[in-house]
Amino acid sequence: MQESSKDGAVRTLTMAQAIAEAIGQEMERDPSVFVMGEDIGRYGGIFSATTGLLDRFGPERVMETPISETAFMGAAVGAAAEGLRPIAELMFVDFFGVCFDQIYNHMAKNCYMSGGAVKLPVVITTGIGGGYNDAAQHSQCLYASFAHMPGLKVVVPSNAYDAKGLMIQAIRDNNPVVFCYHKGIMGLSWMSYFEGSTNAVPEQAYAIPFGKARVVREGSDVTIVTLSQMVHKAALAAEQLAGEGISVEVLDLRTIVPLDREAVLASVARTGRVLVADEDYLSFGLSGEIAALVAEHLDTVPLRAPVRRLAVPDVPIPFSRPLEQAVIPQVESIADAVRGLMEAGKPINSLLQGAPA
Amino acid sequence: MKPTPEHLLWMYEKMIEIRAYEETMAKVYMEGKLPPKIQKGLAFDIGAGPVPGEMHLAAGQEPVAVGVCAHLGDQDSVVGAHRSHHFAIAKGVPLDAMTAEMFGKDTGLGRGKGGHMHLFHVPTRFSCSGIVGASAPQACGAALAARKLGTDSVAVAFFGEGAANQGAFHESLNLAAVWKLPVVFVCEDNKYGISVEKSVSTAVASNASRAAAYGMPGVLVERNDAIDVYAAAGAAIARARRGEGPTLIEVKTDRYFGHFQGDPENYRPKGEGAALRQDDPIARLAAALRGAGLLDDGREHVLRMRIAGRIESAFAYGRQSPYPAARDAFEHVFAD
Ligand SMILES: Cc1ncc(C[n+]2csc(CCOP(=O)(O)OP(=O)(O)O)c2C)c(N)n1
Repeated sequence: MQESSKDGAVRTLTMAQAIAEAIGQEMERDPSVFVMGEDIGRYGGIFSATTGLLDRFGPERVMETPISETAFMGAAVGAAAEGLRPIAELMFVDFFGVCFDQIYNHMAKNCYMSGGAVKLPVVITTGIGGGYNDAAQHSQCLYASFAHMPGLKVVVPSNAYDAKGLMIQAIRDNNPVVFCYHKGIMGLSWMSYFEGSTNAVPEQAYAIPFGKARVVREGSDVTIVTLSQMVHKAALAAEQLAGEGISVEVLDLRTIVPLDREAVLASVARTGRVLVADEDYLSFGLSGEIAALVAEHLDTVPLRAPVRRLAVPDVPIPFSRPLEQAVIPQVESIADAVRGLMEAGKPINSLLQGAPA
Repeated sequence: MKPTPEHLLWMYEKMIEIRAYEETMAKVYMEGKLPPKIQKGLAFDIGAGPVPGEMHLAAGQEPVAVGVCAHLGDQDSVVGAHRSHHFAIAKGVPLDAMTAEMFGKDTGLGRGKGGHMHLFHVPTRFSCSGIVGASAPQACGAALAARKLGTDSVAVAFFGEGAANQGAFHESLNLAAVWKLPVVFVCEDNKYGISVEKSVSTAVASNASRAAAYGMPGVLVERNDAIDVYAAAGAAIARARRGEGPTLIEVKTDRYFGHFQGDPENYRPKGEGAALRQDDPIARLAAALRGAGLLDDGREHVLRMRIAGRIESAFAYGRQSPYPAARDAFEHVFAD
């Protein structure tokens, strides 16, 4: 897929490098694109998503902001309404609480309330996810919270190739897009990560359309519907299960708004079993959405076993390592869940099924 | 307001304790994070070692913590931010349980759930938050409670100069002023919000001047000095206890370490951290104490031994305590 010659030269990039490259190319192409956020200038972004941009484009287009999130997220709304294309970074998704009004009451709704007259081509970028013990205010995913609000597109890439193409698409989209990158797959030199997230990326600009899930690995027994860092854990689990004779298909959603419902249903129709593996909270979120989607199509997509979900079991992310490891789905818990699915009806013997009474 | 000899000695001891704590933590934090223990491509693994996650140290900022907390008792509330060890130690939060929390142990302040940015100790009314700007409104709440309950307690919100650009800060100042709450807002100006210099983020030279917009006194403490902070805080806290309302204090202070441990510090002039240490407020206070006849080599030795013992035992306690059981992750989502 990514090696096609029409894309020009191909190198291996980390996800952080791919994102920065995409932003840089779009800034070059379109003078209305600019970036703002905390520590995005000289520091290059705490998670390196804007490295090198200040040197290339200067402080008028790569704007360091005060720690005033309501002001700069609101400024993104205002500037976009005037025809600019702001990219606003808020380093951790956990911090959105302080500026959510500008996002869910304005950025998400002004297009609708204006009868389509107001367009807000904003990209919000933010780091998600845990796994390195940063506790409850720095480890959440929360993408489903954005997806719950009509009017926001939500992108959650799992690798550098997708991140570049999806970022270019996000910048060109005329709607607000929330672009969530998992810190644990950015390829940072200070955080262990999954090597599969650093991959071959064409130099030339290319866009990946939203709402197109990707089959990471084909299989015939079980479909794992997943995204972001969990794609890599699911692939490792699938590899392990292959050795046990269980054939797993791994589906990377890539975007959750729009959601590729057809790809989910087509895969589940083939395998007859589905596990949703999600690093966001269990209840009222992505996993429930996928389960409902399948349930609504049981007339055409018959299941060989009930739907299974693995997600953070409705507790804040704990600091302590053994606690965090237990609440965030791991390779082993994914493999266990799949084994359980293969013996339909057998409950998953895991903490992750929810709090004990 | 001049410090009593007891307060001078207390401030000195607490400053040394904070410094020793931070220097020890800086070392322990690096355990297990560097090669060869880590996978290829990594320079540093933030999630490895006995104290994982982020670590924000406050060495250099001791005068702010001790100068304010010298006036506080257990009944007074303190709310800090992400960089809060100095406040916790000065407020009297037990060192053993605090350290165990940072190791993620069951004996920690939060049973391992909170970690270094989320320390809670109810008996000394101490709390902090990883969300920048979150301290000011919560301190207003504690102050409101004191007034409603008829006590003479006060509340102190600590935060950085970066946080003073948050809406929550401005709303809280106005609220405290219209309600005449017994609260003191203490801004630590260490010049940087992560990598962003104050001059890039803040349109006024001193946050103290912002107090005027809310009808409260604003005090600028220009020197990173325990006695100067003591004087400013003493007046503000006394005013709050008398029911005369809030005060905003800004202290110009210095952060010796990076924003967090592992920070490449590419935003600051080379050697700035080391240069700042040339004007160490601990050495300055020591000289003042010696001049006043309150300190000599013998007392200094005893004091340092005592502190070394406390720190050693706190880190040993943190290391040796057991981890919580995985199942404990489900406890405390809701109160009983
Ligand atoms: C609401 C929110 N926005 C951003 C951050 C990320 N962040 C953590 S500390 C920090 C800088 C804070 O600077 P300052 O208030 O001056 O305190 P200092 O670190 O200098 O003590 C930032 C931007 C955060 N934790 N919370």
